Amino acid sequence: MTALGDLFSLVAIGAGVFFFFAGTVGLLRFPDSLTRLHALSKADNLGLGLVVLGLLPRAASLLDAFKLVVIWALVLLSGASTAQLIGRALRRGRK
Amino acid sequence: MNELLLAAAGLIVVTVAIGLARVLRGPDDVDRLMAVQLLGTGGIAALLLTAYATRVPGVSDVALGLALLAAFATMAFVNLLDDDEGETDH
Repeated sequence: MTALGDLFSLVAIGAGVFFFFAGTVGLLRFPDSLTRLHALSKADNLGLGLVVLGLLPRAASLLDAFKLVVIWALVLLSGASTAQLIGRALRRGRK
Repeated sequence: MNELLLAAAGLIVVTVAIGLARVLRGPDDVDRLMAVQLLGTGGIAALLLTAYATRVPGVSDVALGLALLAAFATMAFVNLLDDDEGETDH
C-alpha cells in the first residue's frame, strides 16, 4: 500500500472517529430528545461514512469495496427511516 | 498501519460505550433506544476496522449482518409505543 493511500485512510478514519465522538458527546450533553436525535444522525451517517471512505483504498478487490459501500448504504437507509420513526413518535408525545 | 486501524476500532467502541450512560440517565425510553442505536453503528464501524486490520475472513460479513438488522430494534420499539398508546390518526 502506498504512503499516500495510508495517509488518506488515516485522515478519513480519524475524522470518522471524531464524528463518533461528537455524536456521543451530543447524545450525552444535548438538552432534549430531538436534538439528541440530530447528534445521533451525524454519528451514523458521517462517522461510519468516513470510516468506510478511509477503508476503501485498502480493499483487496472491487467486490470488497462494493461490500463496504453496501454496508454504509444500508446504515444510511435504516438510519434515515428510524430517525423519522423516532421523530414521529416524539411529535405525538410518545416517549 | 494495522495497529492504528485496531486503535481506531478500540477508540470507537470506548466512545460509544461511554454514550451508553444515556441508557442509565434516560429520561425517556426513546433516549435509551438512541444510545443503543449509536452502539450498533459504532459496532459496525469497529467490526469493519477490525476486518481490515486483521484480514480475518468473515468479519466484514458480520458487520453486513449487523447493518441489516440494525433497523429492526427501532421499528419494533416504535410499534410497541403505538400499541401502548393506540394509533390515533388512522
